[in-house]
Amino acid sequence: MAYTIEGSTGPWEVVVGLEVHAQVISQSKLFSGAATAYGASPNSQVSFVDAAFPGMLPVPNREAIAQAVRTGLGLNAQINLVSRFDRKNYFYADLPQGYQISQFEHPIVGTGVVEIELADGSTKEVGITRLHLEQDAGKSVHDQHPTKSFIDLNRSGVALMEIVSEPDIRSPEEAGAYVKKLRSILRYLGTCDGNMEEGSLRADVNVSVRKAGEAYRTRCEVKNVNSVRFVMQAVEVEALRQIAVWEGGGEVQQETRLFDPNRGETRSMRSKEDAHDYRYFPDPDLLPVVLEQGWVDGLKAALPELPDAKQARFMAEYGLSRYDAGVLVAEQATALFFEGVAKGRDAKIAANWVTGDFFAAMNRTGRTIEDPPVSAAALGQLLDLMADSTINGKIAKEVFEAMVETGKGPAAIVDERGLRQVTDTGAIDAAVDAVIAANPEKVAEYRSGKDKLFGFFVGNVMKAMAGKGNPALVNAALKAKLG
Amino acid sequence: MSLDPATVRRIAKLARIRVDEAQVEALRTDLNSILGWIEQLNEVDVTGVEPLTGGTQMALRLREDVVSDGGIADAVLGNAPDRNGEFFAVPKVVE
Amino acid sequence: MLTDLTLAEARDGLRARKFSAVELTDAYLAAIEAVNPKLNAYVLVTGEAARAQALAADAALARGDAGPLAGIPLAIKDLFCTQGVRTTAGSRILEPFIPPYESTVTANLLRDGAIFLGKANMDEFAMGSSNMTSAFGPVTSPWTRRGDNRALVPGGSSGGSAAAVSARIALGATATDTGGSIRQPASFCGITGIKPTYGRCSRWGVVAFASSLDQAGPVARNVEDAAILLRSMAGFDPKDSTSADLPVPDFAAACRRGVKGLRIGVPKEYRSEGMPAEIEALWQQGLGWLREAGAEIVDVSLPHTKYGLATYYIVAPAEASSNLARYDGVRFGARTAGEDLASLYENTRAEGFGAEVRRRVLIGTYVLSAGYYDAYYLKAQKVRALILKDFTDVFRTVDALVTPTAPSAAFAQGEKMDDPITMYLNDIFTVPANMSGIPGLSVPAGLDAQGLPLGLQVLGRPFDEETVFAVGAALERAAGFTALPGIRAGAGAGG
Ligand SMILES: [Mg+2]
Ligand SMILES: [Zn+2]
Repeated sequence: MAYTIEGSTGPWEVVVGLEVHAQVISQSKLFSGAATAYGASPNSQVSFVDAAFPGMLPVPNREAIAQAVRTGLGLNAQINLVSRFDRKNYFYADLPQGYQISQFEHPIVGTGVVEIELADGSTKEVGITRLHLEQDAGKSVHDQHPTKSFIDLNRSGVALMEIVSEPDIRSPEEAGAYVKKLRSILRYLGTCDGNMEEGSLRADVNVSVRKAGEAYRTRCEVKNVNSVRFVMQAVEVEALRQIAVWEGGGEVQQETRLFDPNRGETRSMRSKEDAHDYRYFPDPDLLPVVLEQGWVDGLKAALPELPDAKQARFMAEYGLSRYDAGVLVAEQATALFFEGVAKGRDAKIAANWVTGDFFAAMNRTGRTIEDPPVSAAALGQLLDLMADSTINGKIAKEVFEAMVETGKGPAAIVDERGLRQVTDTGAIDAAVDAVIAANPEKVAEYRSGKDKLFGFFVGNVMKAMAGKGNPALVNAALKAKLG
Repeated sequence: MSLDPATVRRIAKLARIRVDEAQVEALRTDLNSILGWIEQLNEVDVTGVEPLTGGTQMALRLREDVVSDGGIADAVLGNAPDRNGEFFAVPKVVE
Repeated sequence: MLTDLTLAEARDGLRARKFSAVELTDAYLAAIEAVNPKLNAYVLVTGEAARAQALAADAALARGDAGPLAGIPLAIKDLFCTQGVRTTAGSRILEPFIPPYESTVTANLLRDGAIFLGKANMDEFAMGSSNMTSAFGPVTSPWTRRGDNRALVPGGSSGGSAAAVSARIALGATATDTGGSIRQPASFCGITGIKPTYGRCSRWGVVAFASSLDQAGPVARNVEDAAILLRSMAGFDPKDSTSADLPVPDFAAACRRGVKGLRIGVPKEYRSEGMPAEIEALWQQGLGWLREAGAEIVDVSLPHTKYGLATYYIVAPAEASSNLARYDGVRFGARTAGEDLASLYENTRAEGFGAEVRRRVLIGTYVLSAGYYDAYYLKAQKVRALILKDFTDVFRTVDALVTPTAPSAAFAQGEKMDDPITMYLNDIFTVPANMSGIPGLSVPAGLDAQGLPLGLQVLGRPFDEETVFAVGAALERAAGFTALPGIRAGAGAGG
């Protein structure tokens, strides 16, 4: 079912395209040797180039260019062997040069495609229009002085990839799924850390609405949205706003808007009247970027397995559902962890444990997949103890919690705490007899046809055996004795 | 193409150069005379000509990704007309 | 007197310990004190630092590990950033600017032992052909017309550099050339100047005017001196991604090559209408000298030359409008307050930039603006491609071109000031070399009827400055130009 918003005049379709700015992972800036690390003291990671001092010149960073190419390859996109840097001219407090070096006419990466997956299990392709490299601006701080803004140029000149999508997105869910998928690909590639809180990934959301079958109506750009949730909210509230404008007899004006998450609304930033005239032209300090096909091929050969391929492999190799495989490949480290647990074991049980108890433990302890509460090897050993009937599933959960708490291996915990499964039929028979003897009425009820009571007997026998009874043997003994 | 006063004002605004009303006419005359003279380029047939960008036909040189600069906040801030601690300062910008 | 020596002579004298670097430097500082008030060629004299450098040069000479320019006193165009020494680009907007870094070219000169006497006056941001646009007042040429005391312009934009060398208050000077700013003032002042191939000298640390055209080079007393200076200034610089990674030849050696067997092209399009007959005559005479020296003179055609200047007045202002956006009163330079950031920008730039700079920034903004880009900028780039093609084609058949440097001798301060285009026409012969990146040298070849110097220009293939020097030196030997300006070191009161 296509997503629509019901207005007073009927259903409206939402049309969304995204421009994502992704900060390139590199040691130094796009055109200078200053560092890119996050959180340094103001203006400490600034060269005279970044501060646009007289006579300073840009020299491009080979790694930033390689990162853009890797990303293009990861987006199944065309790599342009000849591209060019242009200047985008405008004045702003945190734009020292008075222009941003960007790529306008000849971007380094052309059209590509990203496949997204939706909650109903369906997939959809979102077209990539282009990816280009550009410089980040500095940062203005407005809240430290009553009449002044303060400028920190640490971010000035950091390499960004601007990834522009086609207007193929039709719902808040698709917008969210697109950003998540893009982030996943970037993180796999190691070209952007995807950290939206620190601003390494930010989205400009272009939204318009239309009636079914219409051409595109005027769009508005919601700038710098910095979380997946906000992207989804921004699409929805901006679509609702535009529908209200159209249905109120007005006309949506093309403009740049800001999403205010506190109020859950977008508001106008600057109007069309003082629209910028960026006067793009080729940067005369820089020559065209000319790449060799062999170099691009080398980068391609060194790419890691990407989420789509990995998901397909997990389904084929481990027999996982599309959904489980999707959850496990979203982060490369999770997929790696899973494979560490699943190798040589029952993959479905491994998947259940990783996405179930393990994820829960990670959330609860605040640990990360890079610094997990239980190692993949230890979790695998736990699964082995279940497989060889040393413990049963219920005890395994107890052992797992003890592993999280103490950091000890599963075998040690089982031994220490005497959690070995009881397979001695004598002991099991004794426990079964005792439970039957203690509950004559329930036995009668069961025998008169109340089959559901079987679970009651299993539970009580297990309780009597401190959970350590072999479930299959307990079941068999009960079946035999209850008749 | 001939500039009108409104265009002169718009260009000045784009270039962030204050132009007083009294200067507009003289500027307009100057700019128009230069632009008029430039129109001789209309005589040149450039069909099929690739535009020449830049002063040289060499290939772009790239640098290795190493941190080789920065850590010079005092030098970067040393010429600032208004400096506040580790920051450059400007009149408050309302976004 | 010491200030009469050429650079090569001074170098040899220093090596032979005939005089010390301190003596030479003091002679120049004294000459500056006497002569500069008449010329305004220097906007800043750094006497103390110069003496310290001279002491160091003497020590190096005594140790025997002196660089090729040890003890040579130079003037530095105020477009080159000099660490700890105010650098203004001739503009009010940079009046308070003290660079925390040294430009690559000046660093190369210091590495080779040169002494910096001070910063030379120039047209504001190198925009001009008269040195009248400097925020620090015009430079007066050391030359005057016979029987006429009116102050003349030294040419521009490197007017301070050219005047200082001509008046012997610097042994040589750095300069820059975006449309003729080395060659035209050299021609006006009766000295030699070379704009090398684009990419030969690093642009790092040189205040940018038009990045794809700007190129640094020397002005000097003669061709050999220019060759010696260029060898020190030039060289690959990883900080400028347009800098050429090529070895720097021994240009001075090339001056001694001669022109025997060279094919010299004479572009017929350089016969501009209204060019004074004496310039045409001097040109013919120059060609005759080369023929006598064994060169073959060949008529060639550069059909797009006449569009060079109009192309230049799109490309250069466009690049400048963007390059000068950084002068906004926030990080360095002068600031004029405003009630908000936008008015701070507008006030700072209105007061900080002079009329010519404002005019060019506005033209540049216009030709790049939405709706006009294709008609102006893109068109200009295509014509630029044709201009380059013209040169590429003729250099298949000739080794160098010889033309007049400028369509006139120096004019008086205040002349040609009413209409910007009249002023722009000064660069008609020099601009094509910038548009195509090729090297160009101006050498003094004679005097006009009023006793003012006239230069001839030698153009060469990209990175073949050696042939350019060889031809320039041959012209110099034949011309035997010995005239001296009235105002100069040691010329006595009033000059
Ligand atoms: Mg955008
Ligand atoms: Zn962008």
